[in-house]
Amino acid sequence: MHLASLDLPLIWAALLAFAVLAYVLLDGFDLGVGILFLVEHKAEDRDILIHSVAPVWDGNETWLVLGGGSLFAVFPLAYAVILPALYPAVIGMLLALILRGVAFEFRYRATGYGRRWWDIALCGGSTLAAFCQGLTLGGLLQGIHVVKDAYAGGWWDWLTGFTILCGIALVVGYALLGAGWLIWRTEGPLQERCRNHARTLAIATLGLIVVVSLWTPMLNPRFSHRWFGWPGILLTSPVPILVALVAWGFWQGLARKHHVTPLVCAELLFVLCYIGLGISLYPLIVPPSITIWQAAAPAASQAFLLVGAVVMVPVILAYNAYSYWIFHGKVRTGAHPL
Amino acid sequence: MFALDALHLARAQFAFTIGFHIVFPAFSIGLAAYLAVLEGMWLLTGRSVYFDVYQYWLKIFAVVFGVGVVSGLVMSYEFGTNWSVFAYKTGPVLGPLLGYETLTAFFLEAGFLGIMLFGLKRVGRGLHFTASCLVALGTHISAFWILASNSWMQTPAGFKIVDGQFVPTDWLKVIFNPSDPYRFVHMVGAAYLSVALVVGAVGAYHLLRRPANLPARTMFSMAMWMLVAASPLQILAGDAHALNTLRYQPQKVAAMEGDWDPAAPGAGEPLVLFALPDQRRQRNDDEISIPHVGSLYLTHSWSGTIKALKDFPRNELPDVAIVFFAFRLMVGLGLLMLAVGATGLWLRWRRQIYRARWFHRAAVLMGPAGFIAMLAGWTVTEVGRQPYTVWGLLRTADSVSPIGMPGVALSLLAFAIVYLLVFGAALLFLLRLMAAAPATGESGVPQMPQRSAGIVPGPAGATEEQQALGE
Ligand code: HDD
Ligand code: HEM
Ligand code: HEM
Repeated sequence: MHLASLDLPLIWAALLAFAVLAYVLLDGFDLGVGILFLVEHKAEDRDILIHSVAPVWDGNETWLVLGGGSLFAVFPLAYAVILPALYPAVIGMLLALILRGVAFEFRYRATGYGRRWWDIALCGGSTLAAFCQGLTLGGLLQGIHVVKDAYAGGWWDWLTGFTILCGIALVVGYALLGAGWLIWRTEGPLQERCRNHARTLAIATLGLIVVVSLWTPMLNPRFSHRWFGWPGILLTSPVPILVALVAWGFWQGLARKHHVTPLVCAELLFVLCYIGLGISLYPLIVPPSITIWQAAAPAASQAFLLVGAVVMVPVILAYNAYSYWIFHGKVRTGAHPL
Repeated sequence: MFALDALHLARAQFAFTIGFHIVFPAFSIGLAAYLAVLEGMWLLTGRSVYFDVYQYWLKIFAVVFGVGVVSGLVMSYEFGTNWSVFAYKTGPVLGPLLGYETLTAFFLEAGFLGIMLFGLKRVGRGLHFTASCLVALGTHISAFWILASNSWMQTPAGFKIVDGQFVPTDWLKVIFNPSDPYRFVHMVGAAYLSVALVVGAVGAYHLLRRPANLPARTMFSMAMWMLVAASPLQILAGDAHALNTLRYQPQKVAAMEGDWDPAAPGAGEPLVLFALPDQRRQRNDDEISIPHVGSLYLTHSWSGTIKALKDFPRNELPDVAIVFFAFRLMVGLGLLMLAVGATGLWLRWRRQIYRARWFHRAAVLMGPAGFIAMLAGWTVTEVGRQPYTVWGLLRTADSVSPIGMPGVALSLLAFAIVYLLVFGAALLFLLRLMAAAPATGESGVPQMPQRSAGIVPGPAGATEEQQALGE
């Protein structure tokens, strides 16, 4: 069978969706730990927070590079339209990620006042990065004005009530993931405090999910038809039910003081929301007008990179899992190893 | 000349961010290889001094790598934000190369970096050494792909143009395009030399303070061997690179040489030692040159000639003065490195290498020379290919995003502030780490509390590591 005879844009849309989902699920919790960082005041506790993510955050962020890189490679039109359209949100995210990324290392090297500064950079960078990702998501959902294959909207299109709402939702949601991660990786009073954070954050997250879900279909008749029309409703109606089930599981996990259930349920919540988004958008890659087939790179490009992705992604998942496994278990007070 | 429009601001932003980025990956490429060698020597010989030096540079590596990663993240989105037309047109060719870079290099580095930095006690020596080697391998694979894509823009091959988009027809030709092998060898050589000079400078600095310091001696000696081996190779590679460029981008070489006028018959090309190129009047002021020497290295003959700048239309020429001076800076520094390497060899033969204080002072001064030469080299390459982003096919002016001036200006300002802050802090921390004398039994940051004992998962302190390993 010849590769080019496959529906490459469809396969790539699925792969790209997978990369972005992997990014959200993985970097989500370490950004969340960053967002919660300043809530903990004791130096030892802050060190534990950092140690729990220090060996893995870089690998998590690499999924974002893969997302951007593949978009450039396989849907260059979408890349060339989305990035200029959401320019300030994207640049804001990149700058924020710089600050929080270097803060991991720099806060150990700094002393006294300097360390406080980098702690703030870590928390502020994580929060701003999450918020900007929300703006980006919202900006994409509400649609991008395109004329002749180029962005034709205004300078402030990315800033609306809806995008701000999405930004807040992502900050709160990532913080929830971070709290879930910390419940798993810590113990004692710190873990107990994280359970409390998780409870509050879960309520807020669920509320925001409801508001965003009700607002999204109103943005574009296509979305509402997908959700409430026939036969789309067959696909969409289980989503809210599953969300309710997962929320229930989350509460059980918290109440019975499980260690890993809260994290798993919080991640599942993200997976479900993501599926919901997919249902709204498919087959658009730049709403309201560009589909995955229109944005696709020539088959020669898509096929070439597909070979690498099919071979490498399983290998990458395997050694990343290995690396997580090496650093498993509860993190306790300790020195930075370097 | 430098009109303030969105195009120039976007160029300034790209130059600023990539120039910032490149320093750190180059540092990482060289340092990762050095660390793998050190750990290998330690395992092979059992001499703990290699482990001490390893620990010393590992701390520095952690800082360097962190800055490299986040500044690289910016680069991978900047094609879209500021160069969207370029991104749309070249995406089908360049995108997969960057995609392969992520799949084969970035994940590998990131996946094993955690083990390299925090995992010695958890995985044991053999696996830890494997992790160090994989990280080093990752940095080289990364350089391979990104240089393939940059080289493709300089010497495009293996494609056709369909509806304004570059469409790949032969991937091997795309990847191994005519300038790629030269650029890869020369860039990796630059990374090794830069790191050798930094390691040599740090070793020399501590020898000046305490000549008996064993780890400092080891560093200095290894660095001087590296200079002896790498600096002549780098010069040979550079010469081959220039001859290759002469075939594909003759304007660039003419600009490097400051060669405006076609040579008179039999006169050959001079070596211009100094001049002030004047773009508007198309001539050099205050030129000092040696006849025929240019022909020797450019054509390997006594009176061979190359195309001069006036043989090309004015709007096909890069900014000659920048290319000209940057090239001289790079070559001058390269010759200095050769001299330092040779002097080191001579002092070693005279058994003076750990004692010659003047030489140690010179080595300290040469510390940043590699990075400066490297940035100068990139300036030659990138400014020399103007006014094109894809040589001969896509002009820089036609590559830029439809973003207004204020947007680009504001983001440039934000980048400048954040980068200067991050760069300043990184420099401060690196200098502080390098100012600390390397000790035998090199360990973690001493003031930090040690982790409570027991089989507690979580990053382990290096001192404990050494106890556990019987160091
Ligand atoms: C330590 C760094 C270093 C040193 C000592 C040298 N170079 Fe270099 N040079 C680079 C680091 C570099 C670089 C940063 O790696 C560049 C930029 C892009 C590239 O391909 O390599 C480069 C580019 C570059 C180019 C431009 C190629 C092109 O764009 O087409 C030429 C012709 C040379 N070099 C030649 C030389 C010569 C004749 C040297 C002899 C002394 C030399 N370089 C020393
Ligand atoms: C790493 C060291 C590099 C440095 C220091 C560097 C420097 C520069 C500079 C100074 C410019 C602006 C030239 C001008 O305005 O006259 C530029 C432009 C550019 N470079 Fe590089 N570059 C580097 C590597 C790369 C690589 C690896 C790529 C691609 C993979 C790349 C792609 C581009 C592109 C697309 C432009 C377009 C903008 C323009 O030409 O003005 N560069 N670079
Ligand atoms: C415009 C061109 C470039 C882009 C788009 C780019 C992109 C990136 C990205 C996204 C990362 C972070 C990877 C991670 O998350 O782990 C990175 C790091 C890195 N890049 Fe670049 N890069 C460029 C130029 C270069 C050049 C010219 C080189 C070397 C020749 C290079 C070598 C590396 C290496 C070795 C790393 C690993 C991190 C480090 O060593 O500090 N890059 N780059």
